[in-house]
Amino acid sequence: MAEISIRNLSKSFGRTQVIEDVSLEIKNGEFVVILGPSGCGKSTLLRCIAGLETIGSGDIAIAGRIVNDLEPRERGCAMVFQNYALYPHMSVAENIGYALKVAGVPRSERDARVRVTAALVDLTAYLDRRPGQLSGGQRQRVAMARAIIREPKVFLFDEPLSNLDAKLRVQMRHEIRRIHARVGATSVFVTHDQHEGMTLADRLVIMNNGTIEQVGTPEEIYERPATLYVAGFIGSPPMSFLPGRVPAGQGRLLLDSGQLLPLPRDLARAADGQLVVAGLRPERLKLAEAGRGTLDAVFDFAEDLGAQRIFHLRIEDLTLTVASPAKADLAEGETLGVEVSAGAVQLFDAGSGRLIVPEVSREFASA
Amino acid sequence: MIERTPILNIVTHAILISGVALILFPVWIAFVAATHTITAVNTAPVELWPGDQFWVNLQAAWSQSDFGPKFINTLIVAVGVVAGKVTLACITAFSIVFFNYRGRMVIFWAIFITLMLPLEVRIVPTYAVAANALSPFQAILDAVGITHLLDALAGIEIALEWNLLNSYTGLILPLVATATGTFLYRQFFLTIPDELVEAARMDGSGPLRFLWDVLIPLSKTNIAALSTIMFVYAWNQYLWPLLVITDRATYGMVVVQLSDLVPDQLTTGGGTPTWHYAMAATLVVMLPPIAVVILMQRWFVRGLINTDK
Repeated sequence: MAEISIRNLSKSFGRTQVIEDVSLEIKNGEFVVILGPSGCGKSTLLRCIAGLETIGSGDIAIAGRIVNDLEPRERGCAMVFQNYALYPHMSVAENIGYALKVAGVPRSERDARVRVTAALVDLTAYLDRRPGQLSGGQRQRVAMARAIIREPKVFLFDEPLSNLDAKLRVQMRHEIRRIHARVGATSVFVTHDQHEGMTLADRLVIMNNGTIEQVGTPEEIYERPATLYVAGFIGSPPMSFLPGRVPAGQGRLLLDSGQLLPLPRDLARAADGQLVVAGLRPERLKLAEAGRGTLDAVFDFAEDLGAQRIFHLRIEDLTLTVASPAKADLAEGETLGVEVSAGAVQLFDAGSGRLIVPEVSREFASA
Repeated sequence: MIERTPILNIVTHAILISGVALILFPVWIAFVAATHTITAVNTAPVELWPGDQFWVNLQAAWSQSDFGPKFINTLIVAVGVVAGKVTLACITAFSIVFFNYRGRMVIFWAIFITLMLPLEVRIVPTYAVAANALSPFQAILDAVGITHLLDALAGIEIALEWNLLNSYTGLILPLVATATGTFLYRQFFLTIPDELVEAARMDGSGPLRFLWDVLIPLSKTNIAALSTIMFVYAWNQYLWPLLVITDRATYGMVVVQLSDLVPDQLTTGGGTPTWHYAMAATLVVMLPPIAVVILMQRWFVRGLINTDK
């Protein structure tokens, strides 16, 4: 059992506050991805768990034991680094077995365990090579094997896939998932890549400016982003935002551009009379002929991604993005309609940036 | 940029070859002088082709300078300096680079500025310390007043003494206490990525283990380069052994012995310079440093061209 419990953790480097009062509970065996832009404190948080950084205030407990003042080796964590950090003068086998050597495990047992671990990550053929003779993906696997062999209670990944090319990254993603299913250790994975986050995580933690914006399953985060920040961060292409207000009792959203958007009744009731920002997912919108959609917008340009096209439109000086598999031959400056179904609109409080949740689904969400 | 034109090739080779000739010609002259009798050497014009006296001269020079034991002495000192320097430099640089403590930079700069004070510059104070290695501590005790206090209270007189004159220790220690190696190691240690240090920490390796298992194997080429430089440096020492060793029969070093073969008015009171012996002896004395350079060459050349990453 190795649940991780972080309570009111703060950390600063000199005068810069990097982590501000962060609390997080990670269950045993769970795969948690911490996602955020560079400089949001996600790596520092991971390094605090590992014991590579001292913490400012608060507590970190692993498997019920407070580890604030323990050395990294006493915490039962293994870490995979972004630049692999393999020992360049040791063979693959020596790299994998080094932790056991330090721990004083006898040679015969060590060799046996190195073989088993190497087989798990398909490295058996490379045991005698030096890291310098391996490709990026192979080095990454050595780094994984080095972590696995210690049978740690907790796996920590510090952006381990950022140095790989796109294809290999997808492949390693599956591999990490597979190994996690096999080994079952609690895993914390830090990345700035939302695709990695969405595909790997049991639960996602979105960080920004040293604080946690939202914790939830990938689906929850995508469907019900708690704040404007999360809404804009998750999703590719990103959500479009249109400010407006919900005039009292009208049950509709009046955009600043003067156009009207229909709202589901319970959402309209929850947001009644408020200044709001409407969030629209590009993939939930459809193009229509001018005047036939819910909104009218001006066409700017389109990106063709093969499977789908991304249409960049303008409503006054705001951008509205529509992702659609449909082909459309449009000229710049042309006016066209956009179909918005009532269920596709999410409202955020214009002041606090928090998601406005209708009464019914609020109960549903907490269930 | 690589230019490939025949004319440029010829010119650059001509420059290189003339440089080599410039360096090798005196060595050739020394070798030729070592193969003739003293009369032939002292006759103008200078002989340019070897004679048949090489073996005779060599034997005479060897026995006259008592080279057998002197070579062993010099070897002991050179190896001692190399071992001391490599160890000391490695540990100091390790401390300065990988540990965070108060006064770390002060210590580094204190070591660094000794680069500006080679042995020749501080030879008088160094001699004073060698005459009594504990004199700095004595001076501190005197200055703080502990000596006086103990004398007054308990009647004990403190007189620390550790004489290093006429000993291997006295020959070796002052040559070890320089900053070159520390600086070399520091620069290398600074290139070690932080993640490697952290990976070792995660693997449960403590600082000394990390030094032994990771840093030292990685700095093999550094050690080779430093060893070579220090070996040649220690082997060629003249001034310091001349000063600190008065018992030349027991502790004499080869380079100092060489000077005896060419007596002059100032140091040895005159006599006939035996150039043919001196040249033969010089050739022999040159051999160990050359051997070390040739042996170590492939190591530090590899260190310069292959970062193994």
